[in-house]
Amino acid sequence: MHANKPENFEQNVSEALSQPNLKAVIRRTTDKAEAKRAEAIANFPGFENARIQGQKVKDHTIKYMAHYLAEFEKNAKAQGAIIHWASNAEEASRKVLEICRKHEAKRITRSKSMLGEEIGLSHALDNADIDRVETDLAEHIIQLAGDPPSHIVWPAMHRSREDVIKLFRENHKDPTYSEEIIELVRSARRDLRTKFLTADIGISGSNFLLADSGSTCTVTNEGNAELTTTPPKVHIVTAGIEKLVPSMAHAVPLLRLLTRSATGGEITQYITFHNGPKRQGDVDGPEEYHIVLVDNGRTKMLSEGMEEMLRCIRCGACMNHCVVYKHIGGHAYGSVYPGPMGSVLTPHLNSLKVANKQTHACTLNGRCEEVCPVKIPLPKLLRSLRAKSWEKKYEPLTNRFFVKGFAFIAKHPALFQLFSSCGVIFMRMFSKKGWIRSMPMTSGWTRNRDLIEPGTQTFMQQYKKMKKAQK
Amino acid sequence: MSDNHVNVGSASVQAIETVDITNKRVGLFVTCLVNTMRPTVGFAALDLLEQAGCNVEVPEHQSCCGQPAFNSGDDEGTRQIAYETIKQFEEFDYVVIPSGSCAGMIIKNFADLFEGQNEWQARAQALADKTYELLSFLVDVCNFVPQGVELEGTYTYHDSCSGYRSLGVYEQPRKMLSEVSGLEHKPLHGHSECCGFGGTFCVKYSDISDAIVEEKIENVLDTKVDYLLGGDMGCLMNMAGKLNREGHTEIKALHTAEVLADMATEILGDGHARK
Repeated sequence: MHANKPENFEQNVSEALSQPNLKAVIRRTTDKAEAKRAEAIANFPGFENARIQGQKVKDHTIKYMAHYLAEFEKNAKAQGAIIHWASNAEEASRKVLEICRKHEAKRITRSKSMLGEEIGLSHALDNADIDRVETDLAEHIIQLAGDPPSHIVWPAMHRSREDVIKLFRENHKDPTYSEEIIELVRSARRDLRTKFLTADIGISGSNFLLADSGSTCTVTNEGNAELTTTPPKVHIVTAGIEKLVPSMAHAVPLLRLLTRSATGGEITQYITFHNGPKRQGDVDGPEEYHIVLVDNGRTKMLSEGMEEMLRCIRCGACMNHCVVYKHIGGHAYGSVYPGPMGSVLTPHLNSLKVANKQTHACTLNGRCEEVCPVKIPLPKLLRSLRAKSWEKKYEPLTNRFFVKGFAFIAKHPALFQLFSSCGVIFMRMFSKKGWIRSMPMTSGWTRNRDLIEPGTQTFMQQYKKMKKAQK
Repeated sequence: MSDNHVNVGSASVQAIETVDITNKRVGLFVTCLVNTMRPTVGFAALDLLEQAGCNVEVPEHQSCCGQPAFNSGDDEGTRQIAYETIKQFEEFDYVVIPSGSCAGMIIKNFADLFEGQNEWQARAQALADKTYELLSFLVDVCNFVPQGVELEGTYTYHDSCSGYRSLGVYEQPRKMLSEVSGLEHKPLHGHSECCGFGGTFCVKYSDISDAIVEEKIENVLDTKVDYLLGGDMGCLMNMAGKLNREGHTEIKALHTAEVLADMATEILGDGHARK
């Protein structure tokens, strides 16, 4: 499938809503995620405290970002890491490619990383004719299908088991003819195993960067990250600078929040701390260890009053609980990051001009903020982006005209009451048996639902009459 | 999500005050939707507040809480509207609104609009501090218990997002409705999940809104109730409009105030001029 563009949001939405199975496919995952998260939180009485603690850790680190980045760099270098800084996506990808070229890498293995997607690393590697092997099972599926990810935790959630069976049969060297999930997993494992061992470079992301030790931490369930980062001679970590935490002790409450909010698990199968290249006496591990630290709009967000968004630990709970995401799915957003968090991030990674429609595709119902493990006020941030986009006049002219007209009338209460009275008369001209099925200028409403017939007069008109009669 | 009321997140549940309400002046902010689409809700609110012993006034020069402008990002337009609302209502001891959404706008957003304008910010905050959503005001401040209200049938309750999440309105309507004789509650699956209204959202993204409300009414229909109740006209109009479009005329959508004020005989969409 082709990758949707954020500027075509409305068209993407129409396409998504017309896909007959999409909603069911999304629900299969999000319903389970919602239920499992609720259960995990019910069994974790310290959840609310952990949220407060997690928020404080993030806010503190973000506030002293420069200090902790310097500390991280110093300590990572002391462990033997080679540190690279990238201010934007293009630079980050280029730095990774330079390392690949230096080592004449023909095959690289990659463990799932949203930052890798954000900086366009897949395309960069493909364009450089490097054999890119996605080792996360879901990423493996979407690589075979040629799809972009549709969720930040379950990137292949839009694909059905039937799709996977077909993809594996067509692409695996020694495919299974069973339709059992366990056999499908084995088929993927057979295919990936030789690649793990023959890769020149392994590329991973990072869930936490620990400033006091210079360690990078990956949180995974499949063990593929360990097989990606250990056998090859070179290991490259790409990480956003907001992943910083002061120390291991600070990462712990965030870990507790992350796993419960993402999958409802108390912990993942693997939590690995990477501490530099292979040392003397180590039996395995990379000989060279690179960390590419990526800004890509993050410091700009800090300077534009969006620092709360930098708390995000990429758990996906906001999208699992979002009524809009659950109906349109991840691809419609046209961005690496979909759902509420994506609608706040994308304007900063791309541009507000291109991605302002997504900020409006939200009912501001507050469910995302309610479930966010680090209490990001997503509705407030989305609305503040609407205000920015209003200031910059990115809204369609007709919207601006209606809103401005409305505001003008509403700021003159007498005029507002007059308009309301006339509106009632106008609307009643179109009503039949208590309902309006269609009427000029209300197609947005009446396309999908009926409109109740207004009262014969406004409340104010009737109230004034009543008061007069009482006198 | 489960039907058990778990946790209203960060919502600050207003502390129960015991106030002698009789000598307090209450300003009723009617809201645009009640004013034009459903005047009975305004009269029901007036009636209930008077029953609770309040001295209610309805300022003639009221307009809108400003959400259509605010949610579209027009901060300056919103401020212009807010000036008028503050001027109209700041003289009252309490301001009461039959909508969690409009009340939430004043309580949670007004003061932030005037960042850097000290005098207006203070006035906006003072207004926010005495503004209440109707159903929570009746219970939390007035200790109101409806008496002698009858309605035969079953109902389910949709908790509108703003009232539920930002104002902590949940128990109050249920508590009052439990006093209505003949009326039985049936829990709604996803009772606090958005109905897809979202103000300007429902016309801007009509098809997404439609997909959301379609699912909402499936849950409502599953309850097989006679009445769908709520505390916000926007959500009620959305759900009622969808129910009617789909031909489900068996379920009547009503504002809780209409039931409590014994005005439930006239149903949404059946013409409802003040008798």
